[in-house]
Amino acid sequence: MKYLFIAFLLLLSNMACAGVEYRQFANPEQQEAYEDLTSELRCLVCQNQTIADSNAELAADLRRQVYEMLQQGKSKQDIATFMTDRYGDFVLYKPPFKLKTGLLWLGPVAFLVIGLIALFLFARRKKNAEAVTISAEKQQKIRRLLEKGDQS
Amino acid sequence: MLKFILPLLLFIVLAVFLALGLNLHPSEIPSPLIDKPAPVFSAPKLQSPEEKLSPADLKGKVWLFNVWASWCASCRLEHPILNQLAKQKAVIIIGLNYKDEPIAAKGWLAQLGNPYDVSIMDQDGRIGIDWGVYGVPETFVVDKHGVIRYKHTGPVTAEDVPQIFLPLIAKLQAEN
Repeated sequence: MKYLFIAFLLLLSNMACAGVEYRQFANPEQQEAYEDLTSELRCLVCQNQTIADSNAELAADLRRQVYEMLQQGKSKQDIATFMTDRYGDFVLYKPPFKLKTGLLWLGPVAFLVIGLIALFLFARRKKNAEAVTISAEKQQKIRRLLEKGDQS
Repeated sequence: MLKFILPLLLFIVLAVFLALGLNLHPSEIPSPLIDKPAPVFSAPKLQSPEEKLSPADLKGKVWLFNVWASWCASCRLEHPILNQLAKQKAVIIIGLNYKDEPIAAKGWLAQLGNPYDVSIMDQDGRIGIDWGVYGVPETFVVDKHGVIRYKHTGPVTAEDVPQIFLPLIAKLQAEN
């Protein structure tokens, strides 16, 4: 039973790396560049996965393309340009800052600023609200009620 | 008064953005290749692998470049429409047999009819990458100067032919 379980786990571990090919690199820098690039490029078939994560055939082809270009001594920038020339900025998980992507990059900052201004205005309005004044007669009534509460 | 107008304005802004979002097609990625020269290739023909075809051979002609495969289900849907378009002889149709087995591809054409003037083979998907192919079927329209003028992602429907393709082809045929 125990061996069966271990065999099952081994089978699982095999499935976990189904989309990953065995690659050999000339140096660690090249391997790092490969890992960086494949995790920054979007798989266009499954759109919410990087080509490193995806099992789609296109992702495998693009991984091969990245690997081959690195072997040819191309820089990371060269490869990113190669991909955007063919698939557009959408292929990059980190799109460049342009007029078209301005809202994407500045939107969160704009919302933060709006939020801070709203918070500031709200806090100031509270502070300015008049302090409530209680007459001596009312204060006595409050004290009486409190003492009555203590006795019970 | 502001207390009521502000949430209303926020709601309107949100509603407009969400309504726009509903009508977007995120699976259709605009191609950066529009109005760019067609990527160069020299690929063996499916029916006679010893002969090759490259875009330069089609200079001076308007042509459709249709990406298809025998394993692709929506290509089957599109196929009768391409057959009909081929009968009208309005345009040259070149097929890119994408990541397919030649035997399966030839069988498919024999069974369902062959709308292509020529089909070329791209067994390892490299021409596909150069053309930015990500979802088969795809159809490109290339003008007389070898410039890509239009890209259609997904199957061409019966309505697309008279609404998009025929007017565009007529316009490009009239150009010099």
